[in-house]
Amino acid sequence: MTVTTPAGYAGLPALMARMTGDEKHAMAAASTVDVLWVLYDRVLNITADRLTDPDRDRFLLAKGHGPAAYYAVLAAKGIIDAALLADWGGRESPLGHHPDRVLIPGVEIGSGSLGHGLPIAVGTALGLRAGNRATPRVVVLIGDGELDEGSNHEAIAVAARLKLDRLTVAVVDNNSSSHGWPGGIAERFAVEGWATSTVHGRDHDQLYTAFTTPHPGRPAAVVAVVAEKADQ
Amino acid sequence: MTDVATESLTMREVFGRTVTELLDTDQRAVLVLADISTVMFAPAAARHPNRVINVGIREQLLIGVAGGLALTGLRPVVYSFSPFLVERPFEQIKLDLGHQDVGAVLVSSGGSYDYAEEGRSHQAPGDVALLDTLPGWTIHVPGHPAEADRLLRAAVAGADPVYIRLSAQSNAAPTDGNRVRVLRPGRRGVVLAVGPMLDRVLAATATMDVTVAYTATVRPLDGAGLREAVLAADRADVVLVEPYLAGTSAYLVNAALDDVPHRLRSLGVSREVELRMYGTPEDHDTAHGLYTAGIAAAVQSFLDRSD
Repeated sequence: MTVTTPAGYAGLPALMARMTGDEKHAMAAASTVDVLWVLYDRVLNITADRLTDPDRDRFLLAKGHGPAAYYAVLAAKGIIDAALLADWGGRESPLGHHPDRVLIPGVEIGSGSLGHGLPIAVGTALGLRAGNRATPRVVVLIGDGELDEGSNHEAIAVAARLKLDRLTVAVVDNNSSSHGWPGGIAERFAVEGWATSTVHGRDHDQLYTAFTTPHPGRPAAVVAVVAEKADQ
Repeated sequence: MTDVATESLTMREVFGRTVTELLDTDQRAVLVLADISTVMFAPAAARHPNRVINVGIREQLLIGVAGGLALTGLRPVVYSFSPFLVERPFEQIKLDLGHQDVGAVLVSSGGSYDYAEEGRSHQAPGDVALLDTLPGWTIHVPGHPAEADRLLRAAVAGADPVYIRLSAQSNAAPTDGNRVRVLRPGRRGVVLAVGPMLDRVLAATATMDVTVAYTATVRPLDGAGLREAVLAADRADVVLVEPYLAGTSAYLVNAALDDVPHRLRSLGVSREVELRMYGTPEDHDTAHGLYTAGIAAAVQSFLDRSD
């Protein structure tokens, strides 16, 4: 069967529907889709022909839960084959409900358990620095609920103290943390010395500006607020 | 590498000297610390500020950072006390190293109860058993500083996940190789000593007609070498003496002998109760029967039962 899919962002609902079976609901449920799209479309230098290039930017999906939007963006960018989407989670599929880097070239980390991506991203940024690779960016996406995990706070303190200015954390805030963050999520990063910005998580231009604003000498946190209480 | 200087140092001191040297010579090597022994590595940190990383008292980050470093092609050497290296960040070891399909060299000091007087928090008799739930790990339990030096150099040169368990307890002389080695042949059975257990096993069995075999590498365990030693004796009676939880390697001894009717007794740190005792490592050895007379009595009673 030939499936005709519109190109670019407009094609994402159809790609996600191959996994979720629900085109209308998929985009609203995917709190991460706009952040992912802006990063892969306009910010990161990751393309299908340089997935093992040591100088490529690194994108780490820490919040591996609900990866339909991630897979859809990777498919839209030709990094994974869109034909794989329909069987996601299947026995023969490399696409699980949490991504596995060993099974999917182009996926930088396997994730699922929360609170692992940011510490790994700190190590990746330190490794690129130690290897004298000053250029690549390291961008890690976490959720506001994921921020509950204490491992993130170990990483937040050290990343700023070690001046990891090639590191960016995107916090997708869909208000899913049970006990919340009085004073705001950005403040948790700012007090440790991070550059911070809080933007509308569906506004592509705001996201682009936040992700491309220079932050010399310190890491950056972009809090992308998504109003809907998402179900994933 | 064995030399005079090594023989005068503890395992931990050899670790400090060798890693400092490797940081100078191997651009892949990167040391990750969590506030333990930072003074020992201060000169290396001054020379290699980007390859000696102290994350502070943050053991989850310790392992997570190692995983990220390995993903960029570097070879992390990660050091802390055994409970804080293996037990506290265990999920990070499982996911940030193993599941990412990257390796690191984890090096612990403290063994089961080198810091006995610090109490339960600083004791880790379960570290090897815990790590053994994960696939792919090489686990070394050196019995002498020169063994630690040799195993460390080989580990840093590789890319796989390796755990090196340093201890303040040590044998008088090093033994070569990663395989089960027969140090003294006998007829009545085989006593396999692991790492720092060797000298006391040799002393305990000095008047017994048993084979004494040794290994400093328990994962993978050289089952073929053990089997050869067992088949060379008159009886397939095996006593396994490990310096951590009793029976940690028993299933591998049984697997190596799965077509040979055999008996096995496993000596090690008791699994039955939490020993609420401070004191010295020797006090704990005594409590767990891991001292010369205790091992002698256990081996003798085991052999007597089949006579």
